[in-house]
Amino acid sequence: MADENIALMAHLLRRSGFGASRDEIEAKAALGYQQTLDDLLAPESQENIEEDLLFRYNPSYWQSAAIENNVQAWLYTMINTPRQLQEKMALFWHMIFCAGHSKIDSGYEMGVMISMFREHGMGNFRDLIYRLSTSPGMMYYLDNTESHQTALNENYGRELLELFSLGAGKDEELNYSEDDVKACARAFTGWNNAPAYPPFPYGRSPWEFRFDPADHDGGEKTFLGETGAWNGDDILDIICKQPATARFLARHLYNYFVADDVQIPAWRLTPPQDLDLIQAMEKTYFDSGYDITEMLRVLFNSEKFKSESVRFAKVKSPAEVVAGTLRMVEEHREIKLGLFQHSQEPKYMGMDLMNPPTVEGWHTGREWIDSGTLVERINYASELLGNTELPGVKGLINRLMSRGDSLSPETFVDGCLDLIGPITVDDGTRSELVAHAQKSGDLRHSSSSEQSDFTRRTGEMFQMIASTAEFQFE
Amino acid sequence: MVSTQKDPVLAILSLSGGNDGLNTVIPRTNGLYRDFRPSLSISDDQIIPINDDLGFHPAMGPLKKFWDEGKLAIFLGMGYPNSSYSHFRSMDIWHTCEPDTQGNEGWLGRVIKDLDPTSENVLTGVNFGRGLPRALAKDGVPVASVGDLETYGLLTGIDGDSQRSEALDVFGRMYSPAIGRGAVMDYIRNTGTDALKGADILATAPEKYSSSVEYSNTAVGQYMKNIAQTHLAGFGTRVLYTTSPYNSFDTHANQAALHAGLWTDVSNTVENFMGDLREHQASDNVLLFMFTEFGRRITDNGSGTDHGSAGIAFAVGEGVKGGIYGEYPSLDINQQEEGGNLKFNQDFRSVYTCILEDWMGLDAKPIVGGSFEKTKFL
Repeated sequence: MADENIALMAHLLRRSGFGASRDEIEAKAALGYQQTLDDLLAPESQENIEEDLLFRYNPSYWQSAAIENNVQAWLYTMINTPRQLQEKMALFWHMIFCAGHSKIDSGYEMGVMISMFREHGMGNFRDLIYRLSTSPGMMYYLDNTESHQTALNENYGRELLELFSLGAGKDEELNYSEDDVKACARAFTGWNNAPAYPPFPYGRSPWEFRFDPADHDGGEKTFLGETGAWNGDDILDIICKQPATARFLARHLYNYFVADDVQIPAWRLTPPQDLDLIQAMEKTYFDSGYDITEMLRVLFNSEKFKSESVRFAKVKSPAEVVAGTLRMVEEHREIKLGLFQHSQEPKYMGMDLMNPPTVEGWHTGREWIDSGTLVERINYASELLGNTELPGVKGLINRLMSRGDSLSPETFVDGCLDLIGPITVDDGTRSELVAHAQKSGDLRHSSSSEQSDFTRRTGEMFQMIASTAEFQFE
Repeated sequence: MVSTQKDPVLAILSLSGGNDGLNTVIPRTNGLYRDFRPSLSISDDQIIPINDDLGFHPAMGPLKKFWDEGKLAIFLGMGYPNSSYSHFRSMDIWHTCEPDTQGNEGWLGRVIKDLDPTSENVLTGVNFGRGLPRALAKDGVPVASVGDLETYGLLTGIDGDSQRSEALDVFGRMYSPAIGRGAVMDYIRNTGTDALKGADILATAPEKYSSSVEYSNTAVGQYMKNIAQTHLAGFGTRVLYTTSPYNSFDTHANQAALHAGLWTDVSNTVENFMGDLREHQASDNVLLFMFTEFGRRITDNGSGTDHGSAGIAFAVGEGVKGGIYGEYPSLDINQQEEGGNLKFNQDFRSVYTCILEDWMGLDAKPIVGGSFEKTKFL
């Protein structure tokens, strides 16, 4: 039976970040849940990655227009930042406030947007959604640049309500009407970019948000029951005080950190899985004046989050598969060549970072898995976990050796499951793994030939565990 | 799904990056061509004439053979309204048939769904290359994405054939259906079982294959060979897809050398591919379609060309009525699209409609999202 402190800490680190090596899990477990959580919730108190060093070794990452460089720099940060929750929140917002390179066509702009999520994604929601609504990338992506006093384009106005704040409905009620969408879109006329986009055919040029009062519809509007000559700022104020917005955030946080929920269009008719926790987060949202970190504090301190029932019950996203495996095996924990290949892997697994398929984002949970992406996930994780030269894998093998001079097949399998999780697999899976290990008998490591055999068998067992259905969960 | 060797098969080669149509099918008698291409026009004595006005890039000799046979259709002025100059967006539009909204479902995903609604054959659609192009994406449609057919499969990191095959046996048993493991777990196990089945079948393709044809050792050559191998293996695969190396046709600089190399490779590979299928009497039911996300700027930039709009596409096959489809867009400065580009005159969905209705035997409207005048090239 795995040590509960270790199991709980591993769970916290998988969810609040991108997992950890066994050494880190044990060190944090020694520090305690509360202290570790406090550190995660105060990213500024933690070291940052050495960005100047990253750019010195990879000058091509600096303000790069190429999307590939921005994705690489992001993956490097996911793997290496001690501010793991901050990075996990950057990904969280990217998966909700979806804008994609396929339309924006500027890796630099995508990098800027992710940095904004990183710097402000654990702050105040009112501040964050204002930054979003003045992001040149977002204004262009959702056609607010095409929305004018004389010719309204409702795209941003609608998605702001449906996908970025209120959600379509709550407790079977609709959260807004078509008239609200129009009023919202009218209030955001004049929220534009300078210079205009697209940059072709004369080449790309730098961009900034610009409010154009001449293009703003300053007329009276009724939005969610309140009437006035609203500008976008007023709309954001009204949005932030809606119970639907609190529900929207609580439910998204729950879906991302606790347990897979249905996709957002189904939220109106499908009640939350744990209404008590959702309501506690909603209350904190208002009590704290829209503070995202305080909502996270409630979530991570909840009994629900800590309970065994939610462990390994959420399907890993491709970013979690890639960054999580690299952290576990301690690969690319320093700046070195070869990150490009890893940075392409989430795309092969169906998550093209910085380029979500639509504004609705990726469908999560079981929808990450199809026969093509499952092959990619299994082969990627098993190849790394089977590489017994990697420091993290070596460390696991040494720990396993230290558990006895001779390991029975059962002890060996349970030890492997413990070290790369601790992960619980069902009896059928475990007995297949044990039966496989039994074919070669007990494992010893006193002579050098026994050691190399032990190493080879452990690498192979890690690969087989990485191929289990259970390993697709976190 | 019962499939026979003679069911129509669609093979697609995507020329990623925006192929320069003007230097591919060249308006050789139009003086404006040379005016706008001071650095990159191809001299008349090198162009391979195909009719009174047009000619192929000198590297396209092998394709000329299919033109002469009447098996090559050339689609001019290809595009869609309000052309996007972004690779990603424009490719998305070709993939999803949705120029106005961001779609996440591909036209070929819909084709596979129509052909095999219950996914009886996990190999109805196969992609060669890593990661699934959006053209093939659709919820509930299994499509294998094969990075390397010779080594494709699960647990490829395990050394030693016997160790790997033992591990795969264990995998098969671990993924076998059991009761009461929860809906998501059941789903993943079924998917794993499908993936293993698909990989096992695909793995037999190279060993079943023998041919006198030697494909080039390039990504395009090898993936087209994989397409031939998969087709010849008779797995019932109906949609086979591959992409040239990502953005390889994006010739902003040093175009003269790059473009010649690209078309040498593509032309030789098409000749090899068709030759291979013919050698095995397996070409009758295959249609090869080649497209690119946009054409390039009319005026060269001294060394290359920048992103443009209307482009060129090709279809090769025994069922193709060879010829020119669509008009050559005017080079006249007053007829150009804003920004110095060729205006499209043929919607890509017109060509898709013909492929779907007259080749695959499907209802095109729901797949391409509406009615388009069919480009009748079959």
